[in-house]
Amino acid sequence: MTAFLDSIGYTNWVLHALIWLPALGIALVLASEESRAKTVAFWWSLAIMILSLGLWWAFDTSEPGFQMVSTRPWITAWGVSYSLGLDGISLFMVMLTTFSTSVAILGSFNYIRRHERAFYALMLLLEAGVVGVFVATDVFLFYVFFELTLVPMYFIVGVWGGKRRIYAAIKFFLYTAFGSLLMLVGILYLFWRAKNLLGLPTFAYEDFLAIGLTGREQLWLFIAFALAFSVKVPVFPLHTWLPDAHVEAPTPGSVILAAVLLKMGTYGFIRFLLPLFPEAARHPTVVATMLVLGVIGIVYTAWVAAVQPDAKKLVAYTSVAHMGFVVLGIFALTVNGLQGGLIVMISHGLSTGALFLLLGMLYERRHTREIADFGGLARVAPWLATAFVITALASIGLPGTSGFIGEFLALLGTFETHPNIAIVATLGVIFAAYYMLPMVQRVFFNKLEVQENREVFDLSGRELAILAPLCALMIWIGWNPTPFLERMEPSVRAVIERVEGVAQAAEQPSDELLTEEAD
Amino acid sequence: MELDFSRQLHYWWALLPEIVLCIAGMFVLVAGVSGKHASGAPEDEGDPSFSGGADLGWLALVGVLAAAMANGWLSGVHEVGNTSMIAIDGFRLFANWIFLLAAALTILISFGYVYRQRLQAGEFYGLILLASAGMMFMAGARDLMVIFLGLEVMSVSVYALTAFNRRDRKSAEAGLKYFLLGAFATGFLLYGIALVYGSTGSTNIAVIGTSVADGTASPRLLAVGVALLTIGFGFKVSAVPFHMWTPDVYEGAPAPVTAFMSASVKAAAFVAFMRVFVIAFHAVHELWYPLLWWLAALTMVAANLMALAQSNVKRMLAYSSIAHAGYLLVAVTAANENAAAGMLFYLFVYTLMNIGAFAVVIGVAEHGEEKLQIEDYSGFGWRQPLVGVALTIFLLSLAGFPGTGGFMGKFYLLQGAADSQLWYLMIILVLTTVASYWYYLRVAWYMWMRDADSYAAPTTVFSSLPMQLALIVCVSLILFTGLFPGPAIDFAHASVAGLGAWTP
Repeated sequence: MTAFLDSIGYTNWVLHALIWLPALGIALVLASEESRAKTVAFWWSLAIMILSLGLWWAFDTSEPGFQMVSTRPWITAWGVSYSLGLDGISLFMVMLTTFSTSVAILGSFNYIRRHERAFYALMLLLEAGVVGVFVATDVFLFYVFFELTLVPMYFIVGVWGGKRRIYAAIKFFLYTAFGSLLMLVGILYLFWRAKNLLGLPTFAYEDFLAIGLTGREQLWLFIAFALAFSVKVPVFPLHTWLPDAHVEAPTPGSVILAAVLLKMGTYGFIRFLLPLFPEAARHPTVVATMLVLGVIGIVYTAWVAAVQPDAKKLVAYTSVAHMGFVVLGIFALTVNGLQGGLIVMISHGLSTGALFLLLGMLYERRHTREIADFGGLARVAPWLATAFVITALASIGLPGTSGFIGEFLALLGTFETHPNIAIVATLGVIFAAYYMLPMVQRVFFNKLEVQENREVFDLSGRELAILAPLCALMIWIGWNPTPFLERMEPSVRAVIERVEGVAQAAEQPSDELLTEEAD
Repeated sequence: MELDFSRQLHYWWALLPEIVLCIAGMFVLVAGVSGKHASGAPEDEGDPSFSGGADLGWLALVGVLAAAMANGWLSGVHEVGNTSMIAIDGFRLFANWIFLLAAALTILISFGYVYRQRLQAGEFYGLILLASAGMMFMAGARDLMVIFLGLEVMSVSVYALTAFNRRDRKSAEAGLKYFLLGAFATGFLLYGIALVYGSTGSTNIAVIGTSVADGTASPRLLAVGVALLTIGFGFKVSAVPFHMWTPDVYEGAPAPVTAFMSASVKAAAFVAFMRVFVIAFHAVHELWYPLLWWLAALTMVAANLMALAQSNVKRMLAYSSIAHAGYLLVAVTAANENAAAGMLFYLFVYTLMNIGAFAVVIGVAEHGEEKLQIEDYSGFGWRQPLVGVALTIFLLSLAGFPGTGGFMGKFYLLQGAADSQLWYLMIILVLTTVASYWYYLRVAWYMWMRDADSYAAPTTVFSSLPMQLALIVCVSLILFTGLFPGPAIDFAHASVAGLGAWTP
């Protein structure tokens, strides 16, 4: 496989292709007939997904830094370049994006009935933007992609969403934009520092790493960047846009939102917060704050989820809880924790994406999302029930599923440094069972009482084709996480070493940060 | 070619674009009177030779084109020394491009409007050209008196244009309001000029600059003069708290005139503002910097907050244009090389996106000034997808979203502010930008996310060639500067080289 990929020069062009092929797909979709738009979009996104599979083999596991790097000048006067690269952190995010997009498109065939061409064009635009976020190694370019993803999502929620769609769309937009614009000022500060240091304008990630910020600067910039990413993740208490957006979004919108858009936030933590501001990221107060917020996210949203009558809202809150584990894993600042966080990111993308798809399928059959309206569906739709149970268990983190690996590693990593917090967070795993299992029971088991529920039909071939690969992946990662972990490890280790290494080399500035804060 | 202004003729050469534009303006005026266009009375409609003023519009465009050629020629001309009354530098030429572009776009979007509203085409287009000539004087002036003259030529033309729709009471009201407050502001400006003259003994800004720098200027008179000039310019760029006239005037004026005013009148005032403050008062930056800091902050915050509450799209765009004045004031406050270049870049993009947005407003309003409420945009996007996408792009660009020229412009302004370390002002800028997302996106959500209450036929206004031309130019240039801003940045950067001894 590797030889074949080498022979076609795969690593030279694949990252560009993964951004620009979806963009080209927009033109194809817009040019096709209204009724054929979805087929065109699906096959196109599937082709892109298959193309991205090559990354699995082409990725060099011994290289901790960026690979498949390519740089072209873009705005020379500002030192902005169009430079792309991939490392162990972004590898799976890219693959998750291409995979989720084609799954979401396939899952939207019955749901999207109006303005189909526009919808699929926006989905492809979203894919291009998200891939761009994960592969950009120029901070300006990253910011452009980061913001660009807002527009298609705003329209997807606002045009094709539920009753309160406009409220949800604008809330989503304003929350995220608020965070990212403060980050823009932070980026400009870094740019200004780099320009004064190097004597020429640059936005390159590597140059920003080399600035050598003081403790105080790091703290302020950390806050600006952390705010932007925390809104996106979302970290408690900035999470309130998420349930609204998830509930109102059309099924494919929810899938993409959960599977990849939230990951942009945690990806930003790993890619920017930790390496750029290591001193601030390592500061005990900062770490404690982030860990506590993560734990509150896990525990609080679990309780909130447990009382939701609307199944979609319940799943939306579980998103916040899962992302709490990711935050925990990241700010444990251990290799295990960070790897666990990354696995939770993947696992959450798969399981929550699948849950939204399943709820969408139920909604198409029953036109309701109230848990109380269902009951006993396992008898009439056994395959649907099977898929739902597997997904729900993966979401809870049952051993043998991807969720377990991720949460276990994240908790293990946290335990190494902050045992008390890890213990509290472990309760979250129990709470997850507490909200998820009753929901499964009330929807699929119990008695089959309502007449409409008797008429629910089982999965169609298309729906099976959507869910089968998702479930298979959840189980595969659960049994055999090694290939995933070994691809992440060098890059993760490099991040951790940077955070710790800087601190060891300069113990003094760390104290300085403390005293400055006391001022 | 080199001009050293030793002979009278050199001034004629240096003013070639202005002269061409003035001649064209007067020619259009005369042609309007002599032709069949005089009255625009209804009985003309049956007459096959009745053109609704379109021929005069094309004639005016030819005039703009000729002035553009003169401007292009001027870029190959070098001046000797820097104390002549008229500058031949990149700053002036770049600004001239903006004015010519704005004039051309305004004329293009006016064709249908002039016809439907039965306006006297000759006077209308003629005044646009004359106003543009006045702006060009302002941009090129190195003497406070020339700035004043240019300002008056521009203002008087625009007063008339504002009140142009005689049958509309709102238009007349707007014209009177604009005239009274404009005259008031001009008084401030003139008094400021007089005090600066009293303090330094010159009206030439280069000489003033030297006099201020070596301390021979009397500081008290100078301080009051600078403050009065700030107020005068503040009125013209409609900075808060001197903005009171703006919403009413912008709402009452004929829509194409509003587009013209909000783009190029503002640009002219800013260009003159920047030149005077950077060259003449460079040495007393500490004196006026806090004044402008607060002016910028206040303008951004107040305008964006007031825009949130507007339900009339024209009025909303009026407040939005005040907000943009706030962003541009950040550049004047920073007063460094990047800020000046950023201002030029931003004015260029702003002209495109603002006139583009007004073009769509004109189209939706159909028979003049009726459908201006935001509800009138319900479902508009799906009814006319191409125009809907165009308006969405204009709005995203006004909001400063990546992928559009508006983002690059805002980023350029922020860079300029960063160079002067105006971190708090930058934070205010981005936070008010978040607020602006709300009102820009509100139009987008009405357009795409709501269904129209009743079926409305697609408006035919957009099917006319000049309108389409204007929209295509605006959209393509906004996207081009958003994706490949390099050429425009380099051009803007080269244009401000040597404008001032930049503050570090």
